[in-house]
Amino acid sequence: MARQTTPLVRAGSAATTKRMTGGQALIECLHRAGVDTIFGHPGGAALPLYDSLYDARAIRHVLVRHEQVAAHAAVGYHRVTGKVGVCMATSGPGATNLITGIADALMDSAGVVAITGQVSTHAIGTDAFQEADVMGITTPITKHNAQVQRAAELPRVVLQAFLIAGSGRPGPVLVDIPRDIASAEAEFEFPEQIALRSGKIPPAVPSPNQIAAAAALLRQAARPVIYAGGGVITGNAAAELTALARRTRIPVTTTLMGKGGFPETDPLSLGMLGMHGTAYANYAINAADVILAVGARFDDRVTGRLSDFATGARFIHIDIDPAEIGKNKPAHVPIVGDAKEALRALDAQTPPPDCEPWHRQVAEWKARYPLRYRQTGDTIKPQFAIEQVYRLTEGRAIVVTDVGQHQMWAAQFYLTAEPRTWLTSGGLGAMGFGFPAALGAQIGRPGALVCALLGDGGFQMTLQDLGTAVEWGLPLKLYVLDNGSLGMVRQWQQLFYRERYSHVFLKNPDFAKLAEAYGAVGINVRRVDELEPAVRRSLEVTDRPCVVTIAVDPEENCYPMIPSGQSVKEMIVEDDRIRD
Amino acid sequence: MTGSAIELSREAPSAARTSMKHTISVLVENTPGILMKVAGLFRRRAYNIHSLAVGVTEQPSVSRMIIVVEGAPEILEQIIKQLNKLIEVVKVNDVTGFNTVDRELALIKLNATPTTRMEIMEISNVFRANVVDLTEKTMTLEVTGRSDKIDAIMSLLHKYGIREMVRTGQVTLVRGTQPT
Repeated sequence: MARQTTPLVRAGSAATTKRMTGGQALIECLHRAGVDTIFGHPGGAALPLYDSLYDARAIRHVLVRHEQVAAHAAVGYHRVTGKVGVCMATSGPGATNLITGIADALMDSAGVVAITGQVSTHAIGTDAFQEADVMGITTPITKHNAQVQRAAELPRVVLQAFLIAGSGRPGPVLVDIPRDIASAEAEFEFPEQIALRSGKIPPAVPSPNQIAAAAALLRQAARPVIYAGGGVITGNAAAELTALARRTRIPVTTTLMGKGGFPETDPLSLGMLGMHGTAYANYAINAADVILAVGARFDDRVTGRLSDFATGARFIHIDIDPAEIGKNKPAHVPIVGDAKEALRALDAQTPPPDCEPWHRQVAEWKARYPLRYRQTGDTIKPQFAIEQVYRLTEGRAIVVTDVGQHQMWAAQFYLTAEPRTWLTSGGLGAMGFGFPAALGAQIGRPGALVCALLGDGGFQMTLQDLGTAVEWGLPLKLYVLDNGSLGMVRQWQQLFYRERYSHVFLKNPDFAKLAEAYGAVGINVRRVDELEPAVRRSLEVTDRPCVVTIAVDPEENCYPMIPSGQSVKEMIVEDDRIRD
Repeated sequence: MTGSAIELSREAPSAARTSMKHTISVLVENTPGILMKVAGLFRRRAYNIHSLAVGVTEQPSVSRMIIVVEGAPEILEQIIKQLNKLIEVVKVNDVTGFNTVDRELALIKLNATPTTRMEIMEISNVFRANVVDLTEKTMTLEVTGRSDKIDAIMSLLHKYGIREMVRTGQVTLVRGTQPT
């Protein structure tokens, strides 16, 4: 059987056999895979693994306060560095606390390896102390999972996990290591190369025939649109996409995960599309005759009612994962392959289509339906707060969001110009993601300006790790848009449940005091005139996190909005209150 | 948990979708948990599994699953793509419509008195079933064939009173040199 091999293993690490414990073999594998950082939390079944980690000077272990943070931080680390992120936990409760982060990584295709301790092999299945069926639990939420059943297979299982997590469409891989295997000494053989069965890593190079067909379709297009998803970021294809779009002058809309795949500051950018996308992106995609979808999966938050989505369009769909093509919308030209390769090939063959009327139409929509809000009085509008952060950080921050209204406003108002500078939980929509992912991003990019835009609800799901951020002296900026409620839920209850506000209002702590108690800087902002000085002050803090809590208008709703399961025809463009 | 994920609307199933039986052959590495991984992909799309037969192949490290399913073809296509992504899956083949040999085995234990025995033996002869156990009150038949043959003998045996029965599920190979 043909097998694909990879130079995953570090150059110079030749195949060797060594006598050591399973825990030491794990560390040897991590070295060979080039791991420099682990986010984790120890516990009983993980003791032998942690004992080996004690001697691993080349690996820094970030001790989190809750394992969910370890998983989200590994995602954040992966997103900004492009390297596989690693999180580690003990058996049972340690592993189950990783679940949300692992599920998020699968939905948003993040390359993460999760290593979990397990009870000893003889105790598995006996309801032993801190035992959980982690393989059973994680099977549907991992790209792959494996339990090490015999010491001899540990190196192959671990190295394969890194290969699987990082290649093709990235995703989370879990390796479960029983305690006895981690403690016992054995002969370990470390392979020079790791192989996967052929076909498990999709071919990077797309079919030339399909590229030619796509180029022919684009050439004749009168109303073309590029619909770019997260695959453009993970495939490192932003430069190729930008080159193609600028040369052919095809407008680009990016999904929530695709932000950064094409500069939103470019006149060709339509911003984000979908449920809370710009009106002009949604009008354009629904009027398009040819849509070039790249690394996108026609998510329901993008398409609304599928049967009414872009009904007049023919689709070219580029994806490294063949299972995505045709899943929700049939593709007229399916292209399986690496986004970078496919876009480069397409760029070489596609002359700019003649579509001046289309550009005029798009410009008219942009002029007529801009994103807007009205900042009046002392109460801060959340959109205004985000625009201020954008202005004062000169748009060059790595922005990490949590989930909810603030996430959508951030997507709308914090324009993203570079890949790997926008981190969010898109598919899973996991509240509690923002701060931990920012922590992981700052560890991965120590010199970068990392700003987390959070809501008061989501922040409280994982804020205990302020302790970790302070301990590591991370100069994170956490801007908490505090509307005293679970804003998105409140908005839906207002619009679709006759203002029956069921359990959405929060009695919040004094976040500044809380931050100070942890040793971070805490600032509370209530009035408009306090906002700029507070943001400026936060940007001056270099040795610890700074939490700026901004009291925002609790009644503000997020628009435009295409209600769930509906189409562009039902789009609510903006709040009645801001019309002239 | 989150505001932006309150309702997940599903496309209404369209009347145009036709469902038919498919026979899927899945070669897998013999690893613990692979049965759950394969079955889980069908479960998640609420796809109806008629039968699932698993056994080791000529290669001891590889097992073959023959899965007979029924449902919308576009969902099946999606499931097959997802099956192909599982690391432990060696090969997936939808052999529906191929020239195949299909067999299933059933053991049927039914009420049989000395007066009904001969009748049952006659039925059993017509279907080339074997009597594999006989007591004062019961008879157990072993019958092999295509699934519809087993259905047919079952319908004839019902009136005697079937005490219990077990079917292996369909196993299939493509005829001739073409691999399954």
